[in-house]
Amino acid sequence: MIQILGKTNIDFLGKKYIALGLSCLMIILGIFAIFQIYTGKANLGVDFAGGVSLQVRFSQPVTLSEIRAVIDKAGIKDVDIQELPTEKKILIKLKKQQEGAQEEVERALKENLTNKEPLIESITAIGPKIGERTKRDALLAIVAATVGILLYIAIRFRFHFSIGATAATFHDVMAVLGIFYLLDKEINLIFISALLTIAGYSLTDTVVVFDRIRENLGKVAKGTITLEALMNKSINEVLSRTIITSLTTFMAATALFFFGGEVLHDFALAMMIGIVIGTYSSIFVASPIVLLLGKNSLLKR
Amino acid sequence: MRKGIYIRGSLILLTVILAFIFFLPNTPLFSYMPDWWKKNMPNKGIVLGLDLRGGSHLIFEVDIKRAREITVERIGMHLQSLLEKKGIKATVKAEREKITVQPVNDEVKKLIKENYPDLSFSEQGGYLFCEIPEEAFKRVETTSVEQAIEVIRNRIDQLGVAEPTIHRQGENEIVIQLPGVKDPKKALEIIGKTAQLEFKLLDEETPLWKELPSLIRAGEEEAFLNQWKNKIPEGDEIVFQRIVNKETGEVYKRPYIVKKDVLLTGDLLAEAHVSIDQRFNEPYVSLRFNDAGAKIFEEITGKYVKRRLAIILDGNLYSAPVIQEKIEGGNAQISGNFTLEEAKDLAIVLRAGALPAPVNLIQNVTVGPTLGRDSIEAGKTAVIIAAVFVALFMIIYYRLSGVIADFALILNIILLIGALAALNATLTLPGIAGIALAVGMAVDSNVLMFERIREELRLGKTPKAAIESGYKKAFWTIFDSHVTTLITAAVLFHFGSGPIKGFAVTLSLGVSINLFTALIGTKTVFDFIYIGKERRSLSI
Repeated sequence: MIQILGKTNIDFLGKKYIALGLSCLMIILGIFAIFQIYTGKANLGVDFAGGVSLQVRFSQPVTLSEIRAVIDKAGIKDVDIQELPTEKKILIKLKKQQEGAQEEVERALKENLTNKEPLIESITAIGPKIGERTKRDALLAIVAATVGILLYIAIRFRFHFSIGATAATFHDVMAVLGIFYLLDKEINLIFISALLTIAGYSLTDTVVVFDRIRENLGKVAKGTITLEALMNKSINEVLSRTIITSLTTFMAATALFFFGGEVLHDFALAMMIGIVIGTYSSIFVASPIVLLLGKNSLLKR
Repeated sequence: MRKGIYIRGSLILLTVILAFIFFLPNTPLFSYMPDWWKKNMPNKGIVLGLDLRGGSHLIFEVDIKRAREITVERIGMHLQSLLEKKGIKATVKAEREKITVQPVNDEVKKLIKENYPDLSFSEQGGYLFCEIPEEAFKRVETTSVEQAIEVIRNRIDQLGVAEPTIHRQGENEIVIQLPGVKDPKKALEIIGKTAQLEFKLLDEETPLWKELPSLIRAGEEEAFLNQWKNKIPEGDEIVFQRIVNKETGEVYKRPYIVKKDVLLTGDLLAEAHVSIDQRFNEPYVSLRFNDAGAKIFEEITGKYVKRRLAIILDGNLYSAPVIQEKIEGGNAQISGNFTLEEAKDLAIVLRAGALPAPVNLIQNVTVGPTLGRDSIEAGKTAVIIAAVFVALFMIIYYRLSGVIADFALILNIILLIGALAALNATLTLPGIAGIALAVGMAVDSNVLMFERIREELRLGKTPKAAIESGYKKAFWTIFDSHVTTLITAAVLFHFGSGPIKGFAVTLSLGVSINLFTALIGTKTVFDFIYIGKERRSLSI
């Protein structure tokens, strides 16, 4: 039998303060990202911010500066240009829906880059009202998902566990959001779906660990082992399945990242980061919180 | 025990056959099926979303405020003409959803009460204020949205899009989907350009007329209006005509001064089409008004002979023909320097009827056919590569058990596609991502079970006992992890828009089917191999 990990005996919970410190940093980063989003400083997609985004395809590779020069020459203002995974495509964002600006961009590209045959592949024009509504819906979705997960965990596990699981999920979402902000990736509706999927998925890993802790709690005799030792033992026991389940989904996300096309590229990236962080948090965030909340008292029951 | 295996085995086979039947319409094979099959068996399959197929998803908002104002203006105009007919000297003003009449006397009141019993009055300082009840406004709002949908439907029919869908959303929004539309720009123009058709009188009497520049650049309208705001006479306004230089494609605007009063609106128009003048071989547009329209038109043309009547579409002056004579019976012609194309466009716009209130485009998501095709290809590749990677990993890591897990994986994909086809679900690009992720998660359950079985084996259990207790103990973990994913998928389905909904559908179906394939699919294979004859070792 092939094993990635044999029988391990790592003292995960001994590193809980280092881990919690790191996680707090991630959460602070995430909260900072949210603050930046609300003050309009983050890279918001047009589906939230409103405006027009054009995806343009060329027959030959183009550079950002080349496009920037063409747009500046045409005197079009408030334009944001972004690279896409392929060199032959770029994304042009117009902040407001100015009348005719979209046509002007199109004309400027066609006139100045005739030899590269620009073709507008997709147009997304969102009015401010729809943008506001989408923002509100996304926020509601995040709240609804959080409440739903919280309720389910509260029903299936004891209170301390549900706090730990929720904290871990919150941590994952914040961390991915923060990392995306640092990478200056676009925050759009597809990214929000990725966040919610990550929330659901990260819980899977946490549930695997918690299930084992719960099972072991039922087995041990009173006073023979501290909660910390029992948790360490449980995490070690399920370590290989925690890692392998994450690995298979990570493989799928990687395939999407490399082959899924530019629209799914960032979604896949978010999933990849989320899976890694979700695995980390099920070990280093969820369990330590249960431990800190429970103090070793759980065992004296 | 073995009997149970056969029942489960047939159940799996049955679901696979069903999946193929449902998916058949999406394959070229379907065209070879006999007619009775095409008629009676599932014939729709999976529907491709606009992001994969190419097309436009548009949302228009009906300007309800303007619809209310128009109603008030129209009542005001009618009252004025009634008063004039009776020889009563009074002025009617319709402003900001209110009608003011001055001076007030019993004759005026009686006339208004007879014609508009719904209006409520209040008197102040010699003015009579008439208010329109809120229910009447609500009726106007509803009918304007409904009428707008009708008008838009008409126009879309002329575009020749295969399966357009148009529906109302919320109070005053109209959602339009145009799959596979060939020229989205033109479609947008035809649907949205003609927000509202109004006839107003050109004010050529004001001396200002000569001072107006003949052309300004597009985009400078606002500055221009600010500059002229205070100079134009009361009751007048500036409107622009859009002029495109055909050689350079540059857009200019020509300003005109018109009287603010709306003399006639497009909903009174019954018909419009292009004809060719035999003598000069020139195209012209002929119009016919309905009865109410004909009466008003006769009045207007009688009153303003030799003056120019501006035809204004969505605030843009389109044409300003000279009224040659009083026109009775409601038939009119607009002739002039039209090209055939221009005349046709004007006629299409007029014929489909003018919208009762302006509509504004508030969302336009258009995906070109090439991008849609690329996305499908990329999505397919990604799903296949994901499946191959995961499958190889499982075989290398779990050997024979890995093969069994891969069987479950393939079963999962087949059933997922079959379920999507059975529900006639719309497959979107994020939906494909959902399938890829479902592939990754599909083996999760198997990993959970296999790792558990390995543990049980390490405890010294026989393969049979290890499988049994492994499945039993892993069940709740698998269940819990699936439910959490289903919760998020449900939330995404509820709050998400089209493409995101597609993701929620594939993800939740994939996860649910996974419960079936992992708990029934692989277990059956295991039972088949290991339970019948007690084996010494387990390949895991």
